[in-house]
Amino acid sequence: MDIRVQEAAFDLGAETGRFALRQAGMGAVVTFTGIVRDVAGGLDHMEVEHYPGMTEKALTAMAEEAMGRWDLGDVLIIHRFGRMGPDERIMMVATASRHRKDAFAAAEFLMDYLKSRAPFWKKEHTGEVADWVAARDEDEDALDRWQP
Amino acid sequence: MDILYFAWVRERIGLPREQVETQAATVRELIAELRGREERYAAAFADLDALRVAVDQELTDFDADVTHAREVAFFPPMTGG
Repeated sequence: MDIRVQEAAFDLGAETGRFALRQAGMGAVVTFTGIVRDVAGGLDHMEVEHYPGMTEKALTAMAEEAMGRWDLGDVLIIHRFGRMGPDERIMMVATASRHRKDAFAAAEFLMDYLKSRAPFWKKEHTGEVADWVAARDEDEDALDRWQP
Repeated sequence: MDILYFAWVRERIGLPREQVETQAATVRELIAELRGREERYAAAFADLDALRVAVDQELTDFDADVTHAREVAFFPPMTGG
């Protein structure tokens, strides 16, 4: 497991390549990447705040839960904080498994939990206005399908 | 105990963290104490449905015990990913 919370940008290709290379016997690697979107138009930049300490703990707990629920060889989570412009990468998740179904399911599970249970908050800066991004009910509801 | 605020809760109260002496047994009692302090606290804690709480970095609910807590954090629903 590799969990990183960082301000710096990351190289998606290099990270994916490194992750795939170290998976002996794994037939499937799934990656998801989150990118800053300019939803309303005119977005200057986004600021991501987090809770140092709790963030790392929460992400590690999610990755451990995923490793326990599916037949996974490894999990990688990189999530940035700080200032990011449109089209910059915010975060990535990678899962490795012997089978693609487990790799896909675990990646979806991690994304659903990351959305509403990892202590990150996004603020969009558009011109002179700055607004906190509101949590969406759909994201909260998405967790229901993972209840045992 | 250390109280931490994030996102708009931090902005509304005007600081990221502070130390408080409290006899509160639960998060709810702690909130009642904070609300009584000043208008900015009353405003930040006006709608509990809009808030989440973590005690010692674990997400919990407003009835959670805080008698042995070192750190209590208040923030809006999270928007990661």
